[in-house]
Amino acid sequence: MAIASPPTVMNNVEAVRQTLYEALKDDDRTLILGEDVGARGNVFLITKGFLEEFGAERIIDTPLAEASIVGVAIGMAMEGLRPIAEIQFADFIYPAFNQIVGEAAKTRYRSNGDYTCPLVIRTPYGGGVRGALSHSVSIEALFYHVPGLKIVAPSFPADIKGLLNAAIDDPDPVLFLEHKKTYRLVKGEVPAGRYTIPIGSADIKHPGDALTVVSYGLYVHQAIEAAQRLAGEGLSVEVIDLRSIRPMDGTTILASVRKTRKLLIVHEDNKFGGIGAEIAAMVAEEAFFDLDAPIRRLCGPDVPAMGYAATLEDEFMVSTDEMAEAMRELVRF
Amino acid sequence: MATTITMPQLGETVTEGTVAQWLKKPGDAIEKYENFVEVSTDKVNAEVPSPVSGILREIICKEGETVATGAPIAVIDEVGAATAATSSPPGSAPPAAAHVPANGSANGSAPHNANGSGDGAEFAESLRGMSPAVRRLAREHRVELATVRGTGANGRVTANDVLAAAERTLAGATVNAASTATHEPAHAAPAPQPPGTSTYGKPIPGTVVPLSQARKLIAKRMTESLATAPHAWTMVEVDVTKLMRWRTQEKDRFLADRGYALTLLPFFVHAVVQSLKSQPLLNARFTDDGILIHREINIGVAIGLDTNLIVPVIRAADALSIGGIAVAAGKLIAKARAGTLGADELGGGTFTVNNTGANGSILSKPIINGGQAGIVTMEAVVKRPVVVEDAIAIRQMMNVCLSLDHRVLDGTVANAFLGELKKRLEAMRPGGDL
Repeated sequence: MAIASPPTVMNNVEAVRQTLYEALKDDDRTLILGEDVGARGNVFLITKGFLEEFGAERIIDTPLAEASIVGVAIGMAMEGLRPIAEIQFADFIYPAFNQIVGEAAKTRYRSNGDYTCPLVIRTPYGGGVRGALSHSVSIEALFYHVPGLKIVAPSFPADIKGLLNAAIDDPDPVLFLEHKKTYRLVKGEVPAGRYTIPIGSADIKHPGDALTVVSYGLYVHQAIEAAQRLAGEGLSVEVIDLRSIRPMDGTTILASVRKTRKLLIVHEDNKFGGIGAEIAAMVAEEAFFDLDAPIRRLCGPDVPAMGYAATLEDEFMVSTDEMAEAMRELVRF
Repeated sequence: MATTITMPQLGETVTEGTVAQWLKKPGDAIEKYENFVEVSTDKVNAEVPSPVSGILREIICKEGETVATGAPIAVIDEVGAATAATSSPPGSAPPAAAHVPANGSANGSAPHNANGSGDGAEFAESLRGMSPAVRRLAREHRVELATVRGTGANGRVTANDVLAAAERTLAGATVNAASTATHEPAHAAPAPQPPGTSTYGKPIPGTVVPLSQARKLIAKRMTESLATAPHAWTMVEVDVTKLMRWRTQEKDRFLADRGYALTLLPFFVHAVVQSLKSQPLLNARFTDDGILIHREINIGVAIGLDTNLIVPVIRAADALSIGGIAVAAGKLIAKARAGTLGADELGGGTFTVNNTGANGSILSKPIINGGQAGIVTMEAVVKRPVVVEDAIAIRQMMNVCLSLDHRVLDGTVANAFLGELKKRLEAMRPGGDL
């Protein structure tokens, strides 16, 4: 199944698939390794047909051993290849933690610049799909504390293509997070041809002037829907899609907060020590005298995991109604 | 579900408030955001909007009672309890009001107490005080926060409220020309300032008090008026004994019927307006082409605020009865104190009345509001021994001072005006037409 003429409108799975395909076509150093990426064609069918077209040396089915997947990929990257490692679900990344944090992120520093680690680690994350304890987790906060590691989490097809290309080009390790609920839910236009979006640039997805909402992943889409609802009520809300978690685009966030004077951060990951904590601290440090309301966070609760029962999952996830209500309160505050 | 309403904090340095008037009585329905009580502090009088919709069940704090901010003043039985968790007033929500979820969680729309904004009471508590942006903007624009009416949640002053107040001050100060040197306001709330910096409220010897926008404009207009209009000054004594008796008889009923206080001001303004009709040269403006005699009689009333004087205008005052003037003035004074006067209420005056007596003065020499022909003061009413028909009697006396633009008129016309004003005031007595 070859991709000859890509559609201009596609969903997030197709955006990942098309970008990977073009990278494999364009650059022989590129290869994919992970669980079920070959014969099975990835559990979401992202790499279906790749094994037949590019062969077993570039589409590598690995054992269920995440430390090895990342460890092997680090070696390949340091020796000049462009590996794209896949962790089948972000929930399984923990065995590779040492390889990512202890090795990949420190390669450039440890070798005083003699070696770099141009490695991309793709992994689907996030809940809302009845994935229960082992297929729902958000992992970004576990890694964003680590200097030397870039983390991106785009959730629009065009952003996915531009940022995945940028991640592949990047000379250092990039953790590429794909929210699994958006895979087939979100569709959008994707420009033809190869392009990149700079890692570390946020995007204003819905302009407004009475409140800044910062989010990423699935919740960006809900936040935009809530903002549109509020626009119908005459309340103007600006929604910023972070896209990159680290480096973080402080410039865009601060400019927006200085304009709106109010900030709401929405993310699916746990509230305590989450990405929102860093954003809130940055805004408090840099824009304290511009704030006209307490910074608020709508985030996942501090429970060990997302339950399987629909009631438990619903309780964990922030609904669009809740986002809209929090926005209303802050705008009117 | 019952929501306890507490004494709001009207200004960051204010620690207590007095219930001036209940606008609702027990059993009355109250809409959310509807003003239901008037609270006064040493800084400001404000009508307080209700944070919830419901029925006023109980008044805890009676009119005239002073309690600490945060103390309960009333209980409202809430209608539409679903909104209670986040709309309760600062610090007042009992646990029952603050923690009841909006609805069942089966549809996923229950409040996220664990992962959301914290519980409602905590969020409501954060409504207290002024935000960093409000403090910064107030400092930058020299806005007195205690005079700003909040439009945010629970009447919170928002950054936009401060900016709007700054614009109003700018508009108001341009017509703030009436002032007397002896009646500059003497106190203001201390704005947050680094130590050693003078403010209007706390001037420190050896330092410079920065000029607010209002003060700059007052300085400019006063200087201009004195420099361009040659001021002459004259005064009469008025016996207001009968007028005072009349007012005392009428004031309680008037307040009950009309909702505004019947002070001495409306009697005085009414007499001034009638006298201006007889002496139109006082209701005029000097121009190079001639003296423009105004068709309308719009009376500016000088009101001293903490940091500056402001002069709202009673328009077409010649069309109003004494009672009508009382209501119009009452509304303007309330708005001036709340900082909600519009630009249209601050311009267009043709003559000015300054109630200097309110501060105890018995004699003052006012500066004319630029572009007008004169300004009169009503000085303090004092009991004095006076000669009445060759006997010495104790009468209630008031001095009335007039500054006039000598380009427009001379002493003869001025004293004719004052004579008529005196005659009209002394003719006011119980049984008159309100």
